[in-house]
Amino acid sequence: MALALQTFPTVEDAGAALKAAGTRYLGGGTLVVRAANEGDVSISGFIRSTEPALSIIRISGGEVRIGASVTMAAIARHPDLAPLAHAARAVGGPAIRNMATVGGNLFAPTPYGDFTVALLALDATVTTDYGELPIETFLAKRESNHAIVTAVGFTLPKEGGFRFLKQSRVKPKGVAVLSIATVLEQAQDGTVTSARIALGCMADRPIRARAAEKALIGRKLTADGIAPALAVAHDGTSPPTDPIASAWYRNEVLPVHLGRLLLA
Amino acid sequence: MAKVPVQFTLNGAEKAEFIDSGTTLLHALRDKIGDTSPKGGCHQGTCGACTVIIDGELRLSCLTLAETCNGAAVTTTSGLSEGGVLHSLQRAFLDAFATQCGFCTPGMIMAAKVLLDHTPNPSREDVVEALSGNICRCTGYEPIIQAVLTAARSNSQNAV
Ligand SMILES: Cc1cc2nc3c(=O)[nH]c(=O)nc-3n(C[C@H](O)[C@H](O)[C@H](O)COP(=O)(O)OP(=O)(O)OC[C@H]3O[C@@H](n4cnc5c(N)ncnc54)[C@H](O)[C@@H]3O)c2cc1C
Ligand code: FES
Ligand code: FES
Repeated sequence: MALALQTFPTVEDAGAALKAAGTRYLGGGTLVVRAANEGDVSISGFIRSTEPALSIIRISGGEVRIGASVTMAAIARHPDLAPLAHAARAVGGPAIRNMATVGGNLFAPTPYGDFTVALLALDATVTTDYGELPIETFLAKRESNHAIVTAVGFTLPKEGGFRFLKQSRVKPKGVAVLSIATVLEQAQDGTVTSARIALGCMADRPIRARAAEKALIGRKLTADGIAPALAVAHDGTSPPTDPIASAWYRNEVLPVHLGRLLLA
Repeated sequence: MAKVPVQFTLNGAEKAEFIDSGTTLLHALRDKIGDTSPKGGCHQGTCGACTVIIDGELRLSCLTLAETCNGAAVTTTSGLSEGGVLHSLQRAFLDAFATQCGFCTPGMIMAAKVLLDHTPNPSREDVVEALSGNICRCTGYEPIIQAVLTAARSNSQNAV
């Protein structure tokens, strides 16, 4: 059975319509239309807004604001977002990337959400029609939050400061075994002065590797320097077992891939 | 449920239909408009058999709601041949045995067309990446990759 789509010119009107039971916001539809096609009876209708601001990327003075309807393909081809292109291209194949939005990626359950892993390492803020939240707070209660995401914002990392890795079994496109993003700052002598490490597929949603971050401070990015961080990399993780990998395997390979990313 | 109007161009021709709100583009194309070249394989975004081009971009018609295409230009594989002459990609797929059961072929050709529209002389890696959202259960992919590379070469020879 077809499910009615309601389109509103403003986020405010879409937000009001989204209060009706069973309605779901429609981003690119790669997850929510799929769910409807699979017979998810909890969905009774789709709501979307065509407010132009939702589709705009704004960059000024190193501050980036990406509208929630911006697609992975648009991020990947934006010249000023080149450091993030790799993370945007990690999402699906070419057609999926033309449809998959930043807003939708924030809600994508494990093993999806690769771009959100990048946003978590960038310590992004998530703007909704109810206000602005740090991404970690947003992710923690994303299911109960019925707001419409309008944009994400972050500071563009210094050159070489952002690293991203997605490990999958099917190349060049495949669902993640895990994904990792880091934003590191180093002193002149290479000592790490600040570190943010985000992990995908190591819980039901992207998480920060706080213990590893702490263990990196004051260390250099050498095999010896990063060893304490790798030893605690899976502190607080609870990876799923799915057709891609077992929880055990994900925990086993996490330090290996984190090590490769840090030494790259 | 009240029907809603949709209007777009399909392979250059104006199309207007009344559909149930929330109908996918795949359903509208195949069952309303009668263009059966996009195939329904998985309806999950995974197989790529339903791939079409919307305003120059590759999309999955099984996950696209038809109403969101109002005013758009939709291209499908059925619109590629001209005056009974096959498109260079269709010809190359036939010549290279890149089609066996043929179920994946329209989607593969759409993905290859977008690639060649932007990258007329692609590398093998470019082709593999461009086809990475499309599954073929018959050919083992190699003939398809070769067909796309052959079509690119024949296009550039014809352009000289
Ligand atoms: C074949 C296939 C391969 C995929 N591969 C990957 C992959 O490699 N990596 C990856 O990360 N993901 C992958 N995905 C999942 C998905 O495509 C992406 O996560 C995508 O970014 C989801 O965005 P969307 O706009 O399509 O979301 P939608 O399907 O439109 O929405 C998803 C959910 O988010 C909600 N939502 C969307 N936008 C908003 C908003 N602005 N405000 C509030 N709620 C909102 C919807 O109501 C819905 O609940 C894949 C999906 C498929 C079908
Ligand atoms: S039918 Fe659309 S991707 Fe399989
Ligand atoms: S030719 Fe049969 S699936 Fe590709």
